[in-house]
Amino acid sequence: MEPILEIKQLKKYFVTSRGTVRAVDVISFDLLPGETLGLVGESGSGKSTTAYTVIGIYAPTSGKILFRGRDISVPVAKRPKSLKRAIQIVFQDPGTSLNPRRTIGQILELPLKVHRIGTREERRRRVAELLRMVELPEDYIYKAPHMLGGGERQMVAIARALATEPELVILDEPTSALDVSIQAKIINMLIQFQKEMNLAYLFITHDLSLMRNVAHRVAIMYLGKICELAPAVEFFERPYHPYTKMLLSSIPVVSEEEEKVKPEKIVSKGEIPSPVNPPPGCRFHTRCMERNGICSEAVPEVVEVGEGHLVWCHLYGKKEER
Amino acid sequence: MFKSPQWQRRKEGFRRGWYKFSRNPVSVVGLFFVLLVSFLAAFAPYVAPYPEHAGRFVNFREASQPPSLRHLCGTDVFGRDILSRIFFGFRYSLMMGVVVLSLVVPPGVILGLIAGYYRGTWIETLIMRVTDIFLAVPPLILALAVCSVLTPSVFNAMMAISLMWWPWYTRLVYGLASSLKHEFFVQAAEVTGASKFHILFREILPNCVSSIFTKMSLDMGWVILIGSALSFVGLGAQPPTPDLGTMVADGAKYLPDQWWIAVFPALAIMITVLGFNLLGDGFRDLFALEEI
Repeated sequence: MEPILEIKQLKKYFVTSRGTVRAVDVISFDLLPGETLGLVGESGSGKSTTAYTVIGIYAPTSGKILFRGRDISVPVAKRPKSLKRAIQIVFQDPGTSLNPRRTIGQILELPLKVHRIGTREERRRRVAELLRMVELPEDYIYKAPHMLGGGERQMVAIARALATEPELVILDEPTSALDVSIQAKIINMLIQFQKEMNLAYLFITHDLSLMRNVAHRVAIMYLGKICELAPAVEFFERPYHPYTKMLLSSIPVVSEEEEKVKPEKIVSKGEIPSPVNPPPGCRFHTRCMERNGICSEAVPEVVEVGEGHLVWCHLYGKKEER
Repeated sequence: MFKSPQWQRRKEGFRRGWYKFSRNPVSVVGLFFVLLVSFLAAFAPYVAPYPEHAGRFVNFREASQPPSLRHLCGTDVFGRDILSRIFFGFRYSLMMGVVVLSLVVPPGVILGLIAGYYRGTWIETLIMRVTDIFLAVPPLILALAVCSVLTPSVFNAMMAISLMWWPWYTRLVYGLASSLKHEFFVQAAEVTGASKFHILFREILPNCVSSIFTKMSLDMGWVILIGSALSFVGLGAQPPTPDLGTMVADGAKYLPDQWWIAVFPALAIMITVLGFNLLGDGFRDLFALEEI
């Protein structure tokens, strides 16, 4: 299958008064139609920057973003309109992603108006349909966002993203600002929409355990680089990268069975270093339990340790040694 | 399309707005003063006890009378009823405020929106540096200069004040817009491909309205004050125009013996300015969003 999105050697630096922030430092991955790729990382790992660069809020410093084979590595203002219709985003905090001075109806109608979809009457019906889709009452069109609860607002934000029938939706921590009870509802809805509309999701999150049930593939980011990228099942059962192991062992579990499948307990140590002055060699070596001499000298190359399972770590330099 | 809800909904919104506004009694007082002054100004020919006293009217037999039942605020040196002249004076004051603000607010706000949105580009630099130049000149001083070089008139005074006043709106809206443009709802509109016009006027501007209204209300008072100050020094409205500033200036010559000639017009200015200032606070409450 042709990938819908290809990221090639993407780099995004921010020049600030305190130095250059290497938010995203050469990453590559792709995304298939109808697939969910979970992009997981700590705060400051560059996952949101990746998302904003794909959607075009930032222009990449270098590297390429291909959408259906077409180069879109320019900011959103320079992209053709059809692309803006095909790629949509759901932001983290629905409290700030909906204009407090506009009604839900106006908010949902905007993408339709911009892309000249339907007549007034058709648009009105479509807005009602969108609200029904996300299980909100139709008379919400007259309400202002501040009259809605946090979960309902995020439903509206999702409905807005789906209004133009996109092919790729970027989900920037869509549930992390919400109550746990609403999280499950929103996740289920997202999975359902994905099946119905064959949507590709680039799912940005710091919640690794969530990805087990949602993502088809998972990529772990650390300080602007991808550490490990693998199909979800493989990722949780056979993690290779020491960072992945550390993260997986830190997921809290409730039952004995779960405890058994967990990798051995690795105590995480240290904090994520500053992206202004990242450590040389492997970015993770300052916190790694298994580091050796080469780790602080050379940037690890990608190693394919299994079917579609990529690891950027010196421990797995040659396949035979595993 | 979703903008005009049914009458019921509008009534509900109005009730809610009045509740928010009236929670602060001070803004209700402001509204009362403003409505009172506006009413008196609008119906001056009907509510003034001696409407003919507004213009060229002389009656030396009744000159410089202290306040009495016949003339509630007394009469001036020409025998004109001061209360009547105050009512007509409100017309000039309000007109001055309304004309200046309607000349000043649209360009000021639009330039501020553009400069704020294009922060960091040459467009911002151009607009904001020009704004700085205009801000460097105090409106009253320029108005003084213009009116002393050209003929002193209300029209010239209004033009001079307007020329110096727009930068305040540019600065205000610039500050708001440059932070609002980073809000996610603006990014969301941008990402979906909305036009710059939509982003500036439909996404950013509605979030600036409360600050703009508040400032307009405060400025209404300021402009009236400056207009009166100009008239006071003889560079604004010319006699026999019943302008409040001119009346204070005339009366000042007869202080303290015939105090009513200056004091009542001065009180009238105070009530007008105070009313608009208090109303400004009320606007802030009115536009506040409450979380449920």
